[in-house]
Amino acid sequence: MTRFRFLQPLLAGLLLIGLSLPALASYDIGQLMADLARNKGGKAKFVEKKFLAVLDKPLIATGEMTYTAPDRLEKRTLTPKPEFMLLDKDSLTLEREKQKLTINLASQPEALAFIDSIRGTLSGNRAALERNYGLHLGGTADKWTLTLLPSDQKIATLVQRITVSGSRGQVRQIEYLQADGDRSLLAIEPVTTP
Amino acid sequence: MNRPALRAFAIWLLAMLAGAAIVVNSRFAADMSFFLPAKPTAEQQVLVDQIKEGVVSRLLMVGIGGGDSSQRARVSRALRQQLAADRQFVSVQNGETASIAAERDVLLKYRYLLSPAVEPARFSVDGLRTAIADSVDRLTSPAAMLLKPYLTSDPTGELYALLSRLDAGAQPESRDGVWSSRDGERAMLLIQTRALGSDTDGQFAAIQTIERAFAEVARSEQVEGLSLQLSGPGRFAVQARATIQGDVTRLSLISTLAIVAVLFAVYRSLRLMTLGLLPVLSGALAGVVAVSLVHGTVFGITVGFGSALIGEAVDYSIYYFVQSGRLGAAGWRERFWPTVRLGVLTSIFGFGALLFSGFPGLSQLGLYSLAGVFTAALVTRYLLPPLAGEAHRLPDLSHFGRRLEQAIAALAALRLPALLLTLASLGYLASERTELWHPNISLLSTVTAAEAEVDAGLRADLAAPDSRYLVVVHGRDREAALQAAEQAGTALDALVAEGVIGGYDSPARFLPSLATQAARQASLPDADTLRLRLAEAQVDSPLAAGKLTPFIEAVQAAKEGPPLTRAGLEGSALALVVDSLLIERPQGWSVLLPLRPAGAGAALEIPSSRVREALAGRDALFIDMKGEFDTLYASYMQEAIQLSLAGLLAIVLLLGATLRSPRRLAAVMLPLVAAVVIVIAGLHALGQSLHLLHLVGMLLIVAVGSNYALFFDRLAHADQPEPSTLASMAVANLTTAIGFGTLALSKVPVLNAIGVTVGPGAILALLLSAIFVRGRGHGQ
Repeated sequence: MTRFRFLQPLLAGLLLIGLSLPALASYDIGQLMADLARNKGGKAKFVEKKFLAVLDKPLIATGEMTYTAPDRLEKRTLTPKPEFMLLDKDSLTLEREKQKLTINLASQPEALAFIDSIRGTLSGNRAALERNYGLHLGGTADKWTLTLLPSDQKIATLVQRITVSGSRGQVRQIEYLQADGDRSLLAIEPVTTP
Repeated sequence: MNRPALRAFAIWLLAMLAGAAIVVNSRFAADMSFFLPAKPTAEQQVLVDQIKEGVVSRLLMVGIGGGDSSQRARVSRALRQQLAADRQFVSVQNGETASIAAERDVLLKYRYLLSPAVEPARFSVDGLRTAIADSVDRLTSPAAMLLKPYLTSDPTGELYALLSRLDAGAQPESRDGVWSSRDGERAMLLIQTRALGSDTDGQFAAIQTIERAFAEVARSEQVEGLSLQLSGPGRFAVQARATIQGDVTRLSLISTLAIVAVLFAVYRSLRLMTLGLLPVLSGALAGVVAVSLVHGTVFGITVGFGSALIGEAVDYSIYYFVQSGRLGAAGWRERFWPTVRLGVLTSIFGFGALLFSGFPGLSQLGLYSLAGVFTAALVTRYLLPPLAGEAHRLPDLSHFGRRLEQAIAALAALRLPALLLTLASLGYLASERTELWHPNISLLSTVTAAEAEVDAGLRADLAAPDSRYLVVVHGRDREAALQAAEQAGTALDALVAEGVIGGYDSPARFLPSLATQAARQASLPDADTLRLRLAEAQVDSPLAAGKLTPFIEAVQAAKEGPPLTRAGLEGSALALVVDSLLIERPQGWSVLLPLRPAGAGAALEIPSSRVREALAGRDALFIDMKGEFDTLYASYMQEAIQLSLAGLLAIVLLLGATLRSPRRLAAVMLPLVAAVVIVIAGLHALGQSLHLLHLVGMLLIVAVGSNYALFFDRLAHADQPEPSTLASMAVANLTTAIGFGTLALSKVPVLNAIGVTVGPGAILALLLSAIFVRGRGHGQ
């Protein structure tokens, strides 16, 4: 009911900050972007490790992701707890423990900037990335590393650095370093469908 | 003026002055209470309270259109900021993410008193192990950032448990950080006024403030071309009042001017015309006085009915002036007054039947008209003759009367067609009887289709609640009421689990009863016990027990701290929720638990029987607002039918007792019944949705029309021709038709329905009486 609506942004905002998992990248940034843009999507397995200062051991989650260019990303976590996340254009849906939450990202400018880091990388949209981040590329076409450093102060309070690495048009790993020093590492293994 | 005239005039003047004093001090209202039951059932009382003071009746929905999305968002933000600082508004929401810290802090601070998960088992070694492991697992979720900052102070995830119970239901869309319509073309705000829904002045002021603030904000933000749309119960109340006030002035003016013109054309004397208006003026005043004295509040619609009363009350002076021309006052009293008196009595019986209605508006209309007609007749009988004196000269109307006589003779040829028309109408009504009466009270509302559409559009865009379903529980004090809410909540939880309902709100979520809070405090272990249990529970966990000192401290503080009271919620929106659902009444406290249907989308229904079953034996009321409205209207309708029949019966008995002849009674009643049948058939055939007030109009056709039928009865049994009687009837009928006909111009459905029924009905009653009248002296 409406009377609880004020709590929604609380949920939504905090949820989105956690959504920093998947992202992608190249050598000459222009070439990398062109390669990435050529990737029209596909299915992948992922293993995500989170290193939190408060925990003695890293947290590990596994599951599957499906990307469909340019703006649809599905992430299905299988362990340790089933969870489903769908990013479709500006709408984010999250399902966990019988609860379903849909958020319009347009309502959260900072979260949107954040999502753009993922979406911009996956789709090779350089303009979208440069709007909020400084881009630094290292390595070769077969083993590149793209570093995104937030240029906006508000985003910088959430994330220090996003490091994406991969091969040609395929993103293989995203490392996300939070402002408080905790980090997460998302390894992506494409599933080649016959 | 001679002495008796002076005396009569002095008495009249004093009475009028006293009446005027009462009217000046009367309370006038144009709100929903016109329609709300005078003696409500417990369920209806909830309905009445919700309409008068409920939160839903205090919500205003605002849409900002035009310009581009960022301009709208800017204006929305500035508007919210300006309105939120205004005492007139309890809350102003536009989807901005600011100002949620207060709510989160309250939930966090009191989490061990608020969380339903707090039970002894949760703080055992096993319970802690499981709860903390769940929280750690949850950190793998994209939602992790919600929880990570609180992990060491809230490792059992009580904040998460509290938040996840607050499933917010449907949400408005957002653009540029503020709420927007689904198509993104409007920015949306939801505003709760401090003024009650029944406080039309307060609603009017609030709406004006919003409109003014919008204009100011648009100017200061230098944005042009934006438009404001606003709707809600308060808006409807303000518009209804404006419509009613406008109609009262407009209709009274039209009716008065038209009648003055008729009187002047007939009398050709300013003095007689002024005298002729005295009974009308007196009647209108007496009507308001009577209503004010009996009901305390006079409804605007009642006053609006005045224009019809004018047309009816002026008849008596017309009868007097036209008929007493050659006879003089004494002769008129002797020969004509009994007939006029009988007509007055039938009118009084007709209006009097409405007095007993449980529909306050109808009861007021009855009292107003009854007092008005009675006073007008009294003034005509006792004041006009001495004031007018013996020597009032009217233009000779006997020529006009004789022409009418000839016309009536010719009308006799129409007897068969009139009978056939009546029978055809009767047959038509019989065949349409199931479709005849509209079952929905919304027909009586002044809200136009266009306004309803704007409202529905805004409501859908905001996903605003309509609070159709409510459970209500009571307690003698706040604590008892909250305990009752918690018990009802247990039953409702089961229904949620079964999927019978989608969810419900309860003030006990944010303000649990002291008993529940004490039980939760008792579930919490002391610091040493908790430390030992954590050490055991966390042996293999990635979250070491040693890092959980903040948790132990928080549990300790909650266990030993004071309970959460209403004061603890102050400053957060949670206080609004509690205040809107937990209400102090003279006889104790009430708690409202709004229910949400299962599933998504519009027009979902909750199976009432399942909810009633689940709540059986708990002293909880389940209310379906729409169902209550339908039942209420059906009961009004049922009652109106009974009262109309009773009124009709009373009129028939009165006429029967006076006429002392079944044949004469039948001759008087036939044209009246035929007029009713033809008018109702005609209205239905023309596509009018017939409702309660048309039904009342049927009774009034009989009450008003009987005047004419009686005069025709008189003509049929008179010894000599009475052309002046005919002339007076024609004029009186004209003024009555003008009076009621003016109501047909009203935009207020209540008045309009009576107008379209009684206006044509009165003319038809006269025509049919003329058609069916048997020739003078038992038919020559």
